[in-house]
Amino acid sequence: MNFDFTEDQHEIKRTARDLLTKRSGLEQVREAAESEAYDESLFTELRELGWTGIAIDEQYGGAGLGVVELMILCEELGYALAASPFLSNALGGLLIEHAGIDDQRAKWLPGIASGEATATVAFASGGSSAVVPDADGAAVIVLIDGDAATLVARADAQVESVSTIDPTRRYASVTASGGEALPGDVAGALARAEVALSAEMVGIAQRTQEMAIEYAKERKQFDTPIGAFQAVSHRCAQMLFDTEGARSATYFGGWAADADESQLALGSALAKAAASEAALSVTASSIQVHGGIGFTWEADVHWFFKRAQLDAAMLGGTGQQRARVTRLTAASLAAAGGA
Amino acid sequence: MDLTFNESESAFRDELRAWIKANHPGEEPAGEDEGYAFRRDWQRQLYEAGWAAVHWPTEYGGRDATLVEAAIFNEELARARAPFPANVLGLLLAGPTLMIWGDDEQKQRYLDPIMSGDEIWCQGFSEPEAGSDLASLKSKAVRDGDDWLITGQKVWTSGAQYSKWCMLVARTDFDAPKHKGLTYFILDMEQEGVEVRPLRQITGDPEFNELFLENARVPAANVLGGEGNGWTVALTTLMNERAGLAFGLQVGMKVALDELTEELAASGKLDDPMIADELGALHIKCEILRLTAYRGLTATMKYGQPGPEGSLTKWMWSQGNQELMQFATKALGPQSLAGGSNWGRSMLRSRGNSIEGGTTEVLKNIIAERVLGLPRKK
Repeated sequence: MNFDFTEDQHEIKRTARDLLTKRSGLEQVREAAESEAYDESLFTELRELGWTGIAIDEQYGGAGLGVVELMILCEELGYALAASPFLSNALGGLLIEHAGIDDQRAKWLPGIASGEATATVAFASGGSSAVVPDADGAAVIVLIDGDAATLVARADAQVESVSTIDPTRRYASVTASGGEALPGDVAGALARAEVALSAEMVGIAQRTQEMAIEYAKERKQFDTPIGAFQAVSHRCAQMLFDTEGARSATYFGGWAADADESQLALGSALAKAAASEAALSVTASSIQVHGGIGFTWEADVHWFFKRAQLDAAMLGGTGQQRARVTRLTAASLAAAGGA
Repeated sequence: MDLTFNESESAFRDELRAWIKANHPGEEPAGEDEGYAFRRDWQRQLYEAGWAAVHWPTEYGGRDATLVEAAIFNEELARARAPFPANVLGLLLAGPTLMIWGDDEQKQRYLDPIMSGDEIWCQGFSEPEAGSDLASLKSKAVRDGDDWLITGQKVWTSGAQYSKWCMLVARTDFDAPKHKGLTYFILDMEQEGVEVRPLRQITGDPEFNELFLENARVPAANVLGGEGNGWTVALTTLMNERAGLAFGLQVGMKVALDELTEELAASGKLDDPMIADELGALHIKCEILRLTAYRGLTATMKYGQPGPEGSLTKWMWSQGNQELMQFATKALGPQSLAGGSNWGRSMLRSRGNSIEGGTTEVLKNIIAERVLGLPRKK
């Protein structure tokens, strides 16, 4: 039993934090959000560092590391709220690698690993999806409809930019007829994607918790830092409660993906449900702690709140995950009782 | 990261599991006294097989179990629905406190009977006017030759009616600042100056007691950790109170949650999406509690202390268990509140979860100040 990262994994986390602190500070996030355009040089730098291929098999040009390492990067990118197509590309890559066949992998994964021909993924119905992250710039789009996943080349799909409440990421609507099925383990591939997405939300919750605490220490009313008032400090304690719970669930999901697939369905459902709820509640609570300032465009906390809304809604909301946990638990109890 | 048990942890678990299976005492009898006698016999059985205090060092008769193995011990007992040993406060609190603060004579005298259950211990900390603000306690100890005479009132002393000894904190210096004037005593409960009155709680059971002390006599040799050092010694006890139990509590919650899931499935209520949703949310909370407890345990083993997550498990458990019990009676309907159903009683009992062993409000204060570094409350 060792619920901690290895020294190498800690090193990845530190390196990512350092780089993103320099390259994707809140000023850069604001610039990307207000201009509704990514800073291309940031993604280029991440590509050149090999981040985009971190969890992709070496034979396709990746680093061949696991979901845990990818999860660490996603958490840090969420912490920085980096404006880049990194997450969509990584999620698309997980679907193709784990639900695709060799031909599909050979065709798409090298571009995804190098970041030169990116992927994305979204839930769809009847070949269309209203909000797909980074679809406009992608080379390949994976649409998941129930238990089936379909791979569509960007050129074969109708893609139209849509603006959402989250200007830190680009979104588009996608309509496609045809495409080719990903015939493998769609559920397992999706579960991995859910873990990576959850990690971004853990990073978002962590950062907005820290912003609230810092503000509560500095801001004075009634001649007292507001963090000394229990109404405020207990709210901050609740942020820690929510963030750490989501972190426990997400790290468990990452571990299951790499080490024990029999627990992946449960782990990914725990992760997505807990991280979504944490990201929503902690970002909202952080706005409240910031008071009137927190409601202004000038404060940065709203970028995180907005990203959290879109992330929580992606790849199935909390209700679906809870229903899944109940189904999985009831089934395993019935199996144990019947045995 | 490796969330499986290693070879020696697995071997420990398998050996324990086999032993519990072969020696399971069966269902606990109804009634406070009968139940207690049953758990005391069970402790004697554990003691004779060397399982009573796995987390104690071998020099005191324990197994020197790692934190993971101690967690496994609690998990396995709960999973097998075997009772916890009767002298739980002695094993978890008094023993470890004696090991740190006791002199050789005290360790020699008290530790073994704690393990065997021959001498039961209770905890005399809280008072009617000193709950969360423990350091304001007023029980008064005055010197009488080689003895101390203690007068005052304690409350919430579970197991006092069965106890030989009490971990008692009293004020020996009324002029010192409130944290400085306290002393930690080992009080003999079998004497005239000690009166135990059962305290009936909202379930109707007298799980706790009030303790009335009228010139109760304690020899000076029974001071633990030195005169005026009572607050520091008491903190040792309180730290152990918060650390040890999370895993057993988590499994207890998981067992109840699984029972509820089976009852709801059998009655077809699981097909109601609102019920499935709430039940799923509770399973998620219960798993997160387990995972967070293991994260804290890893941090303690690697870095000597838990990280920020370590302060959260008691809060996670009490909130989760209360939600579970309230949801159970809501989902099962009025028959769960009628005689013959345990759910109603468990639901009532769960209201104590967020109060006992540190209220949630005090835990939040501790987290805010010590973990988050927020300024002290006004």
